[in-house]
Amino acid sequence: MSIQTIEDTKVKAFPAKPAEVIAFTAKARRRFEPLAIAGKLASALVPPIIVIALMLVVWQIACSSPTSSLPPPTQVWNEAYDLIAHPFFDNGPQDIGLAWRVLISLQRVAVGFGLAAVVGVALGALVGQSIWAMRGLDPVFQILRTVPPLAWLPLSLAAFRDSSPSAIFVIFITSIWPIIINTAVGVRNIPEDYRNVSRILRLNQFEFFVKIMVPAAAPYIFTGLRIGIGLSWLAIVAAEMLTGGVGIGFFIWDAWNSSRLPDIIVALAYIGVTGFCLDRLVAAVGAFVTRGTTAK
Amino acid sequence: MTAYLKLDHIDKSFTRGAQVSEVLKDIRLTIDKGEFVSIIGHSGCGKSTLLNLIAGLTKVSAGAVLLEDKEVDSPGPERAVVFQNHSLLPWLTVYENINLAVSKVFGRSKSKVERHDWIMRNLDLVQMAHAKDKRPAEISGGMKQRVGIARALAMEPKILLLDEPFGALDALTRAHLQDAVMDIHSRLGSTTIMITHDVDEAVLLSDRIVMMTNGPAATIGEVLAVPLARPRRRVELSSDRTFLRCREAVLKFLYERHRFVEAAE
Repeated sequence: MSIQTIEDTKVKAFPAKPAEVIAFTAKARRRFEPLAIAGKLASALVPPIIVIALMLVVWQIACSSPTSSLPPPTQVWNEAYDLIAHPFFDNGPQDIGLAWRVLISLQRVAVGFGLAAVVGVALGALVGQSIWAMRGLDPVFQILRTVPPLAWLPLSLAAFRDSSPSAIFVIFITSIWPIIINTAVGVRNIPEDYRNVSRILRLNQFEFFVKIMVPAAAPYIFTGLRIGIGLSWLAIVAAEMLTGGVGIGFFIWDAWNSSRLPDIIVALAYIGVTGFCLDRLVAAVGAFVTRGTTAK
Repeated sequence: MTAYLKLDHIDKSFTRGAQVSEVLKDIRLTIDKGEFVSIIGHSGCGKSTLLNLIAGLTKVSAGAVLLEDKEVDSPGPERAVVFQNHSLLPWLTVYENINLAVSKVFGRSKSKVERHDWIMRNLDLVQMAHAKDKRPAEISGGMKQRVGIARALAMEPKILLLDEPFGALDALTRAHLQDAVMDIHSRLGSTTIMITHDVDEAVLLSDRIVMMTNGPAATIGEVLAVPLARPRRRVELSSDRTFLRCREAVLKFLYERHRFVEAAE
């Protein structure tokens, strides 16, 4: 019975206004399909939201007993509400919002990582280009790159006698190795044909570096930069814990010393999100710069 | 009269550790201005090595390459090479690829407008002006090779060196490009040396065909003049007696007198 009625309405509906139906679908396709976009968004967002919600629930249950040593999410929300809701407050030299602290840390990363990128690409190009530079420098690099970032800190404090340049140096020395090594591999992998082209055109060393080497090795260089930015973000937090100042790393150390565990947890979330954004930023710049290079 | 290009008793051997392998031995050849010469031989006979020696990309072990009586031992734009796999830079557009060559070679002698016109003229010559803003990945193999030829021509070379330029292309595309090269050669009169392993291609395009013996220590076995009038049309030539005779001569050389490559493999 019911099937019959549905078919009846369908049959009636179709001849009633066929032109309108066609026009509507054509229009929708030409612009965009809100339903499809919403569906895609949902399929990307819903799973992580569910997972995070589950984690919060488990955390809440695990930490809600009065004897628990760590605060549950509800306590974090209540006690650190100011930090979560107002990232940009500024109440004097040591009482500022977490966004400001992250920005200060980012500033140090920018200087240290920027230096590492310039020096690393130059050194990597040298090592990739010259067999003798590689034989001499590669063993040194391979040993130095395994030194943990913080092991450099005492030495750099002794050398610079100031915490800020020391922190920047730690960033530099941490992030430079993957940049050097990846650049060198990229340069070594430049096809012989491109070298022949540059030889026939008699490009000089500088022209070869700018016009052939850097673009040809760009995918490798950006892999190195991406690993490097991740490492420098790791290192800055650790370095700031020891050197003090107003960065996000010192904030955690300070919170630990004054037993503000909820603040630490909020700061961790800030650090994670910032690190994620940095990684995506470098990846996006890399994808933009190397468009067309990888496809042959 | 002195020759335009002279290969004077050239030997080439490669040394790897204690092993010395002789690739080319006693190559003697003179090429006149405007001539189109093909070098043909079985694979592994060192014909690409010979081209690299003329280009200056590898150095001779003995003897000399003389261009207008001057020895050449390093690469330069006056001996432009069209590589088998086009070697266009994938991050540059077609226009930028040629611009790289033009601004290097004519950066001082031509103004910016002149250089632009020169690039467009060379793109027109290979009928690729319509794709000037495309990247190499976006155009077909035959089109890439056309751009490679345009880049080489844009250097205004004294000698154009073609290293199996059509080897990687399908038969129809290859025929189109052969016609394009013939057309360009007749218009510009550029001295051209082409490496090939295609007998028909060699006979169709060349004034002379240099046949290489098999390696190791390969040398020039025979030089065949192709006395066909230009412009040449492939359809008419396919039944032309001179064409067939030349073709037969090359085939005989390659497959009767110097066929032991296959036995060695």
